[in-house]
Amino acid sequence: MPADVGQPPTKTAMDLDVRGQDWYVDKLVSVLVFVGGISAVVLILGIFVFITKEGVGFVFGPMEVWEFFTSPFWRPTSRTEATYGILALMVGTASVTGLAMLIAVPFSLGAAVFIGEFATGRTRETLKVLVELLAAIPSVVWGFIGLAIMNPLIIETFDVPIGLGILNSGIILGLMAAPIMTTIAEDALKAVPDGYREAAEAMGATKWQVISKVVFPAAKNGLMAAVLLGVGRGFGETMAVLMASGHSINLPTSVFDSVRALTATIAAELGEAPVGSDHYRALFTIGIFLFLITFVINLMADIVIRGGGRKR
Amino acid sequence: MVAPTVKLAVRDLRIAYGEEEAVSGISLDVHANEIFGIIGPAGSGKTSFLRALNRMEMFNDDMHVSGEIVFGGRDISDIRNVYALRQKIGVVFPLPVGLPMSVYDNVALSPRLRGVKNKAALDEIVERCLTRAALWDEVKDRLKALGSLLSGGQQQRLTIARALSQDPELLLLDEFSIAVDPVTTMRIEDVLRELKEEVTIILVTNLVQQARRLADRTAFFLSGELVEVAETEVLFTGEVKDQRTRDYVEGRFG
Ligand SMILES: Nc1ncnc2c1ncn2[C@@H]1O[C@H](COP(=O)(O)OP(=O)(O)OP(=O)(O)O)[C@@H](O)[C@H]1O
Ligand SMILES: [Mg+2]
Repeated sequence: MPADVGQPPTKTAMDLDVRGQDWYVDKLVSVLVFVGGISAVVLILGIFVFITKEGVGFVFGPMEVWEFFTSPFWRPTSRTEATYGILALMVGTASVTGLAMLIAVPFSLGAAVFIGEFATGRTRETLKVLVELLAAIPSVVWGFIGLAIMNPLIIETFDVPIGLGILNSGIILGLMAAPIMTTIAEDALKAVPDGYREAAEAMGATKWQVISKVVFPAAKNGLMAAVLLGVGRGFGETMAVLMASGHSINLPTSVFDSVRALTATIAAELGEAPVGSDHYRALFTIGIFLFLITFVINLMADIVIRGGGRKR
Repeated sequence: MVAPTVKLAVRDLRIAYGEEEAVSGISLDVHANEIFGIIGPAGSGKTSFLRALNRMEMFNDDMHVSGEIVFGGRDISDIRNVYALRQKIGVVFPLPVGLPMSVYDNVALSPRLRGVKNKAALDEIVERCLTRAALWDEVKDRLKALGSLLSGGQQQRLTIARALSQDPELLLLDEFSIAVDPVTTMRIEDVLRELKEEVTIILVTNLVQQARRLADRTAFFLSGELVEVAETEVLFTGEVKDQRTRDYVEGRFG
């Protein structure tokens, strides 16, 4: 019983309890959306469980975890003594990604600032479409560019015996990651309210002062997320790196050295490794490792974006 | 009586947005160290007028300004350094914009842009400007908090403090009290009366009584035209040239 307020139930009171069609449609939609969301989560967990099941028994079984990560010797098909150390592969992936970011970060931030803050009207729309087109180029095409164009170019320019290596694949990967990073960075700049720019310009700040003192700090989180997602892209990229890196196991000492990436190793060898063999399970372990790295990077990007949301 | 110094002279100012004319030929003089009020109904071109003074048409490709604006003896349409002009003119927008940096940095931004680096000097400017904007007491313990997190009325006063930090020669206020409570509004009005000694102030307001309280002279804008400009007391109580002015100030506008 509601508290006695000395009033008989009115028509208003009855209306408050009527559930019409709209109410049920709303409920139904919520349930459907919930099921959709849950199935995505279940799918991801499923994939994780699958690759974990195949791999984890291995590092904690026949292989020492420590050795797996610190040995530079990846010789899975050796008849005499197979070894499974991924240090060289990790160094390969890290060096290629690192170089790629050195190239992609200035490029994409510059492009985003130009598109977002300087270009207007047609120029701006055209550039945005171009950047999106660039982002849609399949990675095998980038790999092809690495093999067919960059390789001879590097040999010619630097007078080295082979042009496939960190330099080549780093540049290719950088060019690949730049468009998507540009798009995200540009979105971050666009999210900064025009009122901020206007307020700063009205007090006599130059265009560059407005960008560096007001727009960048305000878009800081989005820009960092762009960089992190670029790094994630670099770690995950397979085909282009496989083609442009030379794919030989190496602890590199110069940017011209050929390296092998974690992803490329899985792509190249999984087909030949007998199901259930040590080699097969070692490759799955690399898969888990990559999964964890990309997961952490994406999580970081997410936290960075959210952190911004809360502060403003 | 000596003739007053003219700080700002506007001649036949026309402002159009695309094809649409928002200000159609306004001419007036603003004297040094006066508070010049501008009143007029919504859409009469008050904000557009202020924006033209600061060359803010540069932000809007659609906005076209013609006519003459002479500030400190110089036509501003062909000056070579628009940033220097804007530094001399402080603007307070009707919608307060606390920049997404700390309260301190909001106020220190303009001095820093001018090259002031000394911490003590900055501290002094920040405290003085926040005090004048009647905000110091409320924020002195949280100068490090984000300016964009202050309440609407506080942000408005932050904007005023920021405009003052420019050490402007001309201060443009566009409905500054829109989000500020009456008591604080009175405090700021007192500050404006004091500031008049150093700065020339143009005050756009929808509160007719505020113009009456503050302005030395007041202009009445209607549909992009200047109906008349006169000593504020004359406009409110004496002989007006145009009946529409009388109707507007007495709230009889249809
Ligand atoms: N950015 C713009 N683009 C197009 N038209 C505009 C723009 N800004 C203002 N106008 C038009 O110009 C005219 C004058 O507007 P303005 O903002 O100067 O009026 P106001 O006197 O400040 O009004 P209020 O008291 O409501 O602030 C209006 O008809 C308005 O629609
Ligand atoms: Mg206005």
